[in-house]
Amino acid sequence: MTRLSGNSKHSVRMTVNGRAHEGYAEPRMLLADFLRHELGLYGTHVGCEHGVCGACTVLIDGVPSRSCTQYAVQADGASIETVESLADGDTLNALQAAFRNNHALQCGFCTAGILMSATAFLEETPAPTELQVREMLSGHICRCTGYDGIVRAILEAAGVQAEGKAA
Amino acid sequence: MAETEVPTDGSSGKPGRWPDRWIGKSVPRKEDAALLTGSARFIDDMEPVAGLRHAAILRSPYAHAKITSIDASAALALSGVYGVVTGEQVAEYLRGIPSVVRTPIRFMPIAIDKARFVGEPVAVVVARDRYLAEDALDLIEVEYEPLDAAIDAEAAMADDAPVLHDVAGSNVAGHRTIINGDPESAFDEAAHVVSLDFHIQRYSSTPMETYGVVANFESVPDRYTVWSNFQGPFVIQPLMAGALGVPGNRLRLITAQASGGSFGIKQGVAAYIVLLCAVSRILGVPVKWTEDRLEHLAASSAATGRSGTVTGAFAADGELTALRFRNINDMGAFLRPPEPASVYRMQSTLNGCYGVQNIHTENYLVVTNKVPVGLNRGYGGTQFFYSLERFMDHAARELNIDPVDLRRRNFIDKDAFPYETPGGSVMDAGDYQKCVDELEARADYQALKKRRDEKRAEGKLYGIGIACAVEPSGSNMGYVSLAQTPEERAKSGAKSGANSSVVISMDPSGGVTVQLDSTPNGQGHATVTAQIVADALGITPDDVDVITEIDTMTSPWSIGSGNYGNRFSVAVTDAVVEGADRVARKLKIMAADQLECAVEDVELVEGQARIVGSDKALSLTRVGTQAHWNPVNLPDGVEPGIYETTTVTADLDGPTPEDTVASSVTYGAIFDLAAVEIDAETGRITIEKYVSVHDVGELLNPKIVEGQIIGGFVHGLGGAMFEEMTYDEDGNFLSGTFADYLCPTAMEVPDFEVGHVPTPSPKTKLGAKGLGDGSSMLAPAALTNAVADALGRADISPPLTMPKVWRWLQETKA
Ligand code: FES
Ligand code: FES
Repeated sequence: MTRLSGNSKHSVRMTVNGRAHEGYAEPRMLLADFLRHELGLYGTHVGCEHGVCGACTVLIDGVPSRSCTQYAVQADGASIETVESLADGDTLNALQAAFRNNHALQCGFCTAGILMSATAFLEETPAPTELQVREMLSGHICRCTGYDGIVRAILEAAGVQAEGKAA
Repeated sequence: MAETEVPTDGSSGKPGRWPDRWIGKSVPRKEDAALLTGSARFIDDMEPVAGLRHAAILRSPYAHAKITSIDASAALALSGVYGVVTGEQVAEYLRGIPSVVRTPIRFMPIAIDKARFVGEPVAVVVARDRYLAEDALDLIEVEYEPLDAAIDAEAAMADDAPVLHDVAGSNVAGHRTIINGDPESAFDEAAHVVSLDFHIQRYSSTPMETYGVVANFESVPDRYTVWSNFQGPFVIQPLMAGALGVPGNRLRLITAQASGGSFGIKQGVAAYIVLLCAVSRILGVPVKWTEDRLEHLAASSAATGRSGTVTGAFAADGELTALRFRNINDMGAFLRPPEPASVYRMQSTLNGCYGVQNIHTENYLVVTNKVPVGLNRGYGGTQFFYSLERFMDHAARELNIDPVDLRRRNFIDKDAFPYETPGGSVMDAGDYQKCVDELEARADYQALKKRRDEKRAEGKLYGIGIACAVEPSGSNMGYVSLAQTPEERAKSGAKSGANSSVVISMDPSGGVTVQLDSTPNGQGHATVTAQIVADALGITPDDVDVITEIDTMTSPWSIGSGNYGNRFSVAVTDAVVEGADRVARKLKIMAADQLECAVEDVELVEGQARIVGSDKALSLTRVGTQAHWNPVNLPDGVEPGIYETTTVTADLDGPTPEDTVASSVTYGAIFDLAAVEIDAETGRITIEKYVSVHDVGELLNPKIVEGQIIGGFVHGLGGAMFEEMTYDEDGNFLSGTFADYLCPTAMEVPDFEVGHVPTPSPKTKLGAKGLGDGSSMLAPAALTNAVADALGRADISPPLTMPKVWRWLQETKA
């Protein structure tokens, strides 16, 4: 493993949303800060910086991961997807559209992380139950919606009807 | 709730098939696309001025300590550190902010010679980046002389308690008694007197986005420019300017495009705005600071903690004839403006949903070594309705009357509206009996009571709790001065009303833009505004752009501006309706001129100005843009351009010499029922049922209403079950992460059923009432009532955590 010097910046290369990116980071720079402030991808948000709220979730090589609890240099060479990858130009993808239809967001600060977790979740669990959706969501905090719209949106995106939980 | 999608581009409606009205429909939100694609910009996404440096804040590790020295030399020697600013330096540029309460205590956003709570700022480091700034914090040597701390509010009132503010000499920063009616006689004549001690903890709304500030001082002329996620009330702006010693036009506040939730708490960013203004001035650089989660939990703002006693007098038939409240309010280390507003917001609706005429209230404002209180969802309502509705359930049990029935016997009658309360509020409209009919039907109350009997027969712990509230909305800016005596008020100048301002314009290409003064944080104000304007101008919501950022140098605003007190749907919408009507009138005059018809014969529909009942029409764009391109030939009396600024105020006067005041424009109502089962072995609570019936007046956008109601309930659920800002007896803060401060996740939210019994408000142009607080004010009361019913004891307090319930179970067994 390469040894990095603590107080100098190192070049970090990663593929983000299908494009090759290069930036510079001290070894202690968090991946979330690198994505936001070095690469200018501000769609990923930071809500707690201690791994609980899930706002900063991105996909690293397809796996949902907290970008606030790992360093940018650890993701050197990785392929990362952020919320900016989801829509096709101006057209929302099915999950985003379901969020919009089900009023699954209010302030939208938690949304990017939830969309990324849900994206990976639906790939693994294409026909989830409501309980499975809620379990997956329990890794995220949303203070606005009470989660109801989010649950419905994810079920709708999966093509599953909400089972009597709709308010 | 099943809602058909309403396209917002008019495509539902080829001409002739447009909806009659956009208002009242679940129009999808204008805000969503930017938020869903990650392109909305929040304060931490902004670098609005070149040369930004980054601040980190050194905070007191002690609840109460003298600061004897600060040595920043090692921090200053660190390469990349631009400067360190201490409280003493800040004090040269910043005056303490007074409260309306006559006390010598002044709020300062940084400790000067003494720290008064864990997390209070002590010094600010400014460096090249935040990482470095935080390194430098570790190098600052502060010598503290720890003092005994006053943590519990009741203990802090004792003569021998450690005193926070030597200038005040006591921790009781305010004490007022207000009497409406003749409670003394009513208590003398009562058939029954019932009393309940209560306590509700301090918790916090914790939006997902924390505070953020960019402050820039420019000299010649001296001017502070601040970008932040401040959300008002903008009555704080003149206080901030006063603290900085500049006229209001030299403190320019600009809000970010998007704000990641608030629920009131972002009012508290004001403290950091003035602090960072002073730091920018002292160091001569623009400074950016983003609060981290620990800082937010420890040091932003708490909801007021309250303990005390409610006593009520009842006639033999269960009529509530008088109420007496004794409230000890835990204000934290300062009375930070707009406090003590949390204590007085409900003062004129202390009757709740009931017709009780005689009310005695005594409030103590106690300072303690904890973070100061401020706006948090439910603001003052949570605390008040917790006490009143716990009392009502308890009284029902004491009087052996069904708790729903006891409330029914006391509700204000639907024919009594508009109803003047003993405290001076004029409640606009409501039908509380019908609301409770709906609640009973949805909850199947009779069957639920049977179920309780059956469960109990099986030896299970099962309880039902009821709670109801009125929801004051659109605050009178004068109510806070109830904290002063009538004599003090007479000296300090009258305050009243609730201004709202809006600008509606049509540009030379026909684009319609609305500028609001409501600084939303996720409530969909842009969408509802576009619905209103689309109705007035005969266009679609997609045709209307809405700007929600405020810039105090270029936007119309006033002290009432901001997002608080359920203001939008009652006060701001009135300004939008009025402004849109003015623009519509102007367009009709211009169209009549071009169509050569009478103004009354013009209608604005389907993007056109049309002669009613004909197909003679002009496109609205063609009509309106004449005001820019051809101003010389406008009809007589029509001003060039379309740029309509409208400010309206609610007709709410300040407090009377009798201490009454109409605190709000509208008074919605909420009726909640909770049914719980408690596991006798573990203390685990299962919420079997939660039903909530709301009167929000007209529903402007049902889907947005639904979202607010569910979100409000989950805040109340958090306060009832999990959330508490905890301190040990020395004042060390114990809930500084989301692993310690537990917010509900999707797994903790029970089935939640909502019913509506809307009575349109005669006080607002659209008939809407406010709804943002909702069950955040009631769930702690309803759920604690249910648990009290299950346990058969009233002396319990939230949060109803498993260890606490388990302890109560052991006590009951013993
Ligand atoms: S910001 Fe990463 S989990 Fe909260
Ligand atoms: S939408 Fe605001 S936190 Fe989830």
